Order: sequence, then structure tokens, then C-alpha cells
Amino acid sequence: MSDWRKRLSPTGNSGDAIFRAAMFGTALLVVTIVVAMIVALAAHSTLSIRQFGFGFLTSREWNPIKGQFGALAFIYGTIVSSLIALLISVPLSLGIAIFLVEQAPHYLARPITFLVELLAAIPSVVYGLWGIFVLAPFLRVHVEPHLARWFGWVPLFQGPITGIGLLTGGVILAIMVTPIISAVVRDVLAAVPNTQREAALALGATKWETTLVVLVNGAPGIAGAVILGLGRAIGETMAVTMVIGNRPEISASLFQPSYTLASVIANEFTEATADIYLSSLIELGLILFFVTFVVNAIARLLVWRVTRRTVAA
Amino acid sequence: MSLSKFTALVLSAAFSIALTACGGGSSSEIRLQGAGATFPNPLYQKWLSEYGKAHANIKIDYQSIGSGGGIKQIQSRTVDFGASDSPMKDEDLKAAPGELLHIPTVLGAVVITYNLSGVSQPLRFSPDVVADIFLGKIKKWNDARIKADNANTTLPDSDITVVHRSDGSGTSAVFTDYLSKVSAEWKEKVGAGTSPNWPVGIGGKGNEGVTGQVKQTPNTIGYVELAYAVQNKLPVALLKNKSGNFIEPSIDAVTAAAAGALAATPEDLRVSITDSAGATAYPISSYTYILAYKNQSDEAKGKALVDFLWWGIHDGESFAKDLQYAPLPAEIVKRAEAKITSITAGGKSLR
Repeated sequence: MSDWRKRLSPTGNSGDAIFRAAMFGTALLVVTIVVAMIVALAAHSTLSIRQFGFGFLTSREWNPIKGQFGALAFIYGTIVSSLIALLISVPLSLGIAIFLVEQAPHYLARPITFLVELLAAIPSVVYGLWGIFVLAPFLRVHVEPHLARWFGWVPLFQGPITGIGLLTGGVILAIMVTPIISAVVRDVLAAVPNTQREAALALGATKWETTLVVLVNGAPGIAGAVILGLGRAIGETMAVTMVIGNRPEISASLFQPSYTLASVIANEFTEATADIYLSSLIELGLILFFVTFVVNAIARLLVWRVTRRTVAA
Repeated sequence: MSLSKFTALVLSAAFSIALTACGGGSSSEIRLQGAGATFPNPLYQKWLSEYGKAHANIKIDYQSIGSGGGIKQIQSRTVDFGASDSPMKDEDLKAAPGELLHIPTVLGAVVITYNLSGVSQPLRFSPDVVADIFLGKIKKWNDARIKADNANTTLPDSDITVVHRSDGSGTSAVFTDYLSKVSAEWKEKVGAGTSPNWPVGIGGKGNEGVTGQVKQTPNTIGYVELAYAVQNKLPVALLKNKSGNFIEPSIDAVTAAAAGALAATPEDLRVSITDSAGATAYPISSYTYILAYKNQSDEAKGKALVDFLWWGIHDGESFAKDLQYAPLPAEIVKRAEAKITSITAGGKSLR
């Protein structure tokens, strides 16, 4: 028996060895693609990294005609719109999943599951058009004036109301990530062993308390679902760009137009002729990569801390 | 790998997909590839299909990837012809490996559209008023300066919401080129380009995005291509031109703008015709160009390109009006003919 087979597979079976090598290859491919992306993005943004240095991250100025480029407004727009999306979609998704797993009768659970999953299959450009023609006018007429009236003392809800802006961008993202988060949470809750529910009920827990036990058991999976949704929200391009107003500005008000990293790249890449312009757009891509990376890392850290505590308790 | 090569690589990937989809052709077939401006794309596609019917052995593809992409591709010779709405800059021409010619094909215009309830007749604007609205200096619809040009219209006491293009676009370039000519403050503060830093307003993606936001939001003002406005029956404003006449945007008024700018049109045909002289000229008009090398490396392909371009500025012009493009004035057709005739391959004339 040759040495390589033994090293690849403890049993020394050549089929196992080949299988193992192939699977290792697929895993390696993912790592290679990620590394290759970072290398390519970094290589092509050297021009703007050299010219603007760290100031690129702290400057709000984005003026292609004058050759001034800064990413801060886009980073702000990306993070805030995604946070709004999560704020709306996480409770909504939890509600959908709990209802489907814990409460809904069979004849209701199936069609609702189907409809929620259908939402995930709608192309984002369709969401964008729906956003312009339905959601933005709806928010302008029925939601934003009330927010301004009751919460106008908070800077978040001040200023002129057009229906196009950070809030609308966040709401459309919320609708887009809800099917993803709720589908994963549903699977997570369904995977919680029934013995847990039975144990809780046997101890005299109400339906609500039992659900709480199930949720705590599924916490790491739920957090994973939220991270998945967040990833989609940060990277979403078409739908957001159609309703967010596309203005590289940082404004305290959610009614004001904003801009995201992904949107500006999609909007301006085709007509970027100057080398420094193109390089700056690619650097935005690199930043988007790192924003996603950092947000994911923070979320994972949170999950890890929460689960450790629950296990200890 | 340089930046331009990187773009070329990304863009050519799109090409190869398109090519494989078409399948391989016979050996006697001549294939030409073009890429660039999105604005003339509907017309070019019509040209390709009409020209293809009469010339079965010549296959021409056109990818509407944007003027910027078109310039990059022709510079790196990954296409046989490029297309751009605005003429190439001197430094871009110098960066190309050979002498590039600008062949004007048709003309287009940018119109001002708005959403103002209770206003039945078209609004009229003076150039400085348009500039100050887009600068954010005129904030209300019932501003005295807007009223001055619209004496018989009751204008509401509401805030103006400006809507502009968010994607890099030749439409924005033409519009800001016009504003730079009519307003010193605009020229100094903002300037002209495909993605200017707009002083006020919200951005819509594409003509459809701007139209959508203008239609859905009361008290807005925005700008779109003439063809798009006509097809969607949008309200359009009359603009005061250099001669002091208020002109409704129309195909004839755009051709008149090109004719009015003849004296100022240089030998290489690279010219901005916004704010054109001429009594009936619509002021926000522009040419769109096909870019081709004067010295073609391949004789057969060069000949096919020359024939196609010749056909385009003669027979092809007849398709322009139906698609809401303005045909070239006769004088410019003559000057474009001279450009096409000057194309050679290995020192040999192709026409």
C-alpha cells in the first residue's frame, strides 16, 4: 500500500482517498476565490490607496469631475440601511417562523411557507420598481408624515418628505431579507428536539414559555440566520439604488437621500473613464468586502458569547 | 495588468458569452464588434438588423456598455468600433494606439420634465433659472424668476425637489455641459461630466428611475432623454435658447441646433452643440459618435466597417425619426462622408 493513500485516508482505501482529496479541493476552491478577490481588488485600487491614503475612509467628498473621492458617506449609508432592515425584519421573521413551526395548522403552514419563499425568488430589480411605484409613495403619504408628527423631535425624522431616502431603502431591504431569515429560522426551530417542548410542557410551562425554551435552544442558528440576512442587505444593489436617492451625504434624518457602497459601484462603473476614478470605485469594492467581513466577525463574536452563557447557565 | 486592461477583460467576458451564444460562423463571414454608448443603442440595433438583411455575410454586434466602456475598448482595440455620446478628450485620443476618427451618427436631446399638479400648459424656463434650480438657489415653485417666464400659469407655493441621474450617463454629461455654458456659477462649483456632484436633489437610476421618481413625487423637476420623454408622454418644458426664443424640444429643433453650430464645428467634428446659436435651435442637444481607427489593420474588416458606416449616415438616417433621434443636417453628412472616405488599410483607401 502506497504512502499517499494512508496519509489521505486512515483506512488506506483508494476510493476514500480520492473522495477526500476531491472534497478538500472544493473547500480549498472557496478559500482561493476569496483570497483571489481580495488580491485583485487591492491590486487595482493601489492608485487611489496611494493618492488618498487613509483619508479615503474619512472623507465625505465624492466628486468625479474634480477628482476627489471619499468613502465615508457610502459606508454610513450601507451600514445604516442594513441596520434599519434588520430592525424591521428580525422580529418579523421570528414571528413568521414561530407561527409556522409552533402554531400554524398544516393547511396554513404550507401555503404561507410557499409564499414567503416566493418572496426570496423575486429579482431585486423588480423589488426596485415596486419600491419606486408603490412603496415610496405609500411611505411618503401614509408613514413618513406620521413619523414626523409624532417623533419629529428626534433628528431621525426631520426634514422634507419625498418618500425617497434612507428609510425607504431600509424598508425595501427588510422585505428582501425577511424570507431568507425566516426560512432559516424556521428550519432551526423545526430542528429543536420535541423532547425539549415536551419537557417544558411537563414542567407546567405555558405555550409562550415553551416557545421561549425553543428559541433559546435555537439561538445560535437564529443568529446565523440574521447574519445571512445582514450579508444580503449589505450587498444588495439594484433595489436599494432605485429608492435610496443616491446622494453621497451623511444626514441625521432617515427621510434624506443616502447612498450605499454597492449602489455607487453599480451606478458609476460603466462610465468611469479616468484611472483614478476607476481605482476609487474598486477601492469601494474592497471596503465593501471588509465591511461585510467585520460585520460578520462582530456578529459571530456576539453569537459565541451568547451561546456560551446559555450553555453555562 | 493595468486598470484599462482590467476593465477590458471584464467587459470582454461579456462579449465572449454573447459570441458563444451566437455560435460559430462560416469562414467567408466577416464579424465586426462594436461597443459603447447606451443612448443610440435602439437605433444601432435597428441598423444592425436592417443592414444584416441586405448583407448576409457580414455580422455586426453592438454592446451598449456605456460611453466610458466604449472609449476604453476602442483604445485597447478589443472592438472594431466604439461609440460615445460625448467626444473623446485630447488625452484619451493621445492614449489610443492610432488615430481615432469621430463619425457623428445621429443627434439626441435632453428635456426637462416635471410633476406639478394644476399646471396645464408647458412650463417655460430661462437658462439661468434652470441652473439656479439645479444649484438649489431657487427653492420654491412660485419663485419670482420662474413666474417671470410663466405669466399665465398659477404656480404652487411648494418646495422644488430636484431629480437627477444617479448612474454615470451621457445624458447627465450633456445636461451639465449645457448648465456650465449658461451659468458661470455652475461651471465653477459643479462642472460638466457623466457623474457630477449634484448640489441638491435625489438620484434615480436610468431614464426610467428619474421618470419614476418624477411621476411618483409631487413638485419634482428632472431631466431625461427626448426619446424617452416622447415615448412615455411626459410633460416637457420649453427652454429659452441663445436667440431668446422659447423652444419646445422636437427632432427638428435638435437638427436645427446642429445646423446652428456649423460655424463652430471643428474639422475633427468633436463639438458640443449645447446652447447653440440659431433661431429655432433646442439648446440641450448633442451628437452621438462612432469611433473608428483611421488606419485599419485588417483590410476585409476595414472595408466592411467603412461600408456599414457609409450606409448608416445615408440609408440609416431614415430610421432615426421613428425612434425619436434627430438625423444629421446635410452639411454634417458631407463632412462625415469625408471622414469615412479617409479610412485606409495598409495605405489603401477602402472606399
